Amino acid sequence: MKKIILVGALMMLVSGLQAQKYFTRSGQISFFSSTSMEDIEAHNKTVTAIFDSQSGAIQFSVTMKSFQFEKALMQEHFNENYIESAKFPKSTFKGVIEGASDLDFTKDGTFTAKITGKLTIHGVTNEVTTTSTFTVKNGVITGEAKINVNPEDYGIEIPGVVREKIAKELEVSMKMDFKEKK
Amino acid sequence: MIRKFFLFAVVLSVSLSSYAQDDMDMLDDLGEDSTLIEYASASYKSTRIINAISLENTAEGVLDLRISHRFGTMNSGAEEFWGLDNAITRIGFDYGFRPWLMVGVGRSTYEKAYDGFFKAKILRQSTGAKNMPVTLQLFSSVMINSLKAANPSQDLFTSRMGYTFQVIVGRKFSEGTTVQLMPSLVHRNFVETKTEKNDVFVIGIGGRQKFSKRAAVTYEFHYVLPDQLASQYVDYSFSVGVDLETGGHVFQLFLTNSAGMNEQQFLTQNTGDWANGDIRLGFNISRVFTVKKPKSE
Repeated sequence: MKKIILVGALMMLVSGLQAQKYFTRSGQISFFSSTSMEDIEAHNKTVTAIFDSQSGAIQFSVTMKSFQFEKALMQEHFNENYIESAKFPKSTFKGVIEGASDLDFTKDGTFTAKITGKLTIHGVTNEVTTTSTFTVKNGVITGEAKINVNPEDYGIEIPGVVREKIAKELEVSMKMDFKEKK
Repeated sequence: MIRKFFLFAVVLSVSLSSYAQDDMDMLDDLGEDSTLIEYASASYKSTRIINAISLENTAEGVLDLRISHRFGTMNSGAEEFWGLDNAITRIGFDYGFRPWLMVGVGRSTYEKAYDGFFKAKILRQSTGAKNMPVTLQLFSSVMINSLKAANPSQDLFTSRMGYTFQVIVGRKFSEGTTVQLMPSLVHRNFVETKTEKNDVFVIGIGGRQKFSKRAAVTYEFHYVLPDQLASQYVDYSFSVGVDLETGGHVFQLFLTNSAGMNEQQFLTQNTGDWANGDIRLGFNISRVFTVKKPKSE
């Protein structure tokens, strides 16, 4: 009997230690490119993301074909010529929220955290670092962050004719409403 | 005591190992979103293969200005600069009313023809939650010949009209390869002799093969079923060309034995013979304008 209690207590202890995960399938990622020639923006509202509030591990998966552009031709060029969505259908991010174990994702409030990790776009991986704002409200954790992405860093060739129309650095902004993973 | 310790170790290691594993790829844990449907896109660079309508539609809210030229035949020799002295032109506008519906109008110097068409996407090739192996489109066009009547007393407006009905079934087999079949029925209200049929059945095949991100080879061939046309029109339309993409333009450059750019003209009034050198250089230029921006959800 004592043994059963002990085992039960241990299991509870360990599962208590085991971190809670939060996820979304409708995260939003947008990017903007602004030049004197042309402004380009695209939105994706089907980003899958998950993070672990204990270890701070965080991962995104972005279906590149789901980016919606203002102009249909831009969208076609993005998929066909630049991102090559058929060859590289998904972009991913795998990183860590620093000091996650000290953050309380269960209580309403707002705080910021540094996130570092590896971003893979077009089959090329680079280290990225950003500061994210987390807002906890009624059990929903809204994470927001911005990074700058240079297409050339990810092996995306932009021909000379259109180079002036696409910014050297694209501003990528993210907004995700995470819910507890049961 | 040892047994307790052993039990403790087992429980702890099982719990910790599952914990550690979760950390490595949490996305796999979530699994794929089973509701996603992925539609085939960009099966062609343009809404025309060369002469024939392709599987692609003009996007919703997009106006496509199309200027097409067919030069004279190459066998016309040096005096005509191998055909380049003469050109047939069609200027047309296509518009995407819905993602599945496009319409177009045009005017061609060949037979001073006015034409109009609509094309509706009935099936859409997709994978994922919905699996559809092909795209199927219905196409219908009307053409009005506005040449001066040879015999004005017998000139009826309706006898200047012709219609084409077409089913386009095709598949994007891979990133670079698309093939389509196009059975058509052309109805001419008026034909010159009794041996010619008012209703003409034609089977067409066409496709494209990409050889780089921005360039592709295109081809199309239309076979007219026998005993329907007058003898001078039995040369089947065959065209081969390249699609080049430069920013907002798609430039199509090709060789064809057809002079007319309307379906009725290149399917049933084709007089060019490849073997005889009745080959024309031609090009289509397309420039798109976003008239109506897509609604952001």
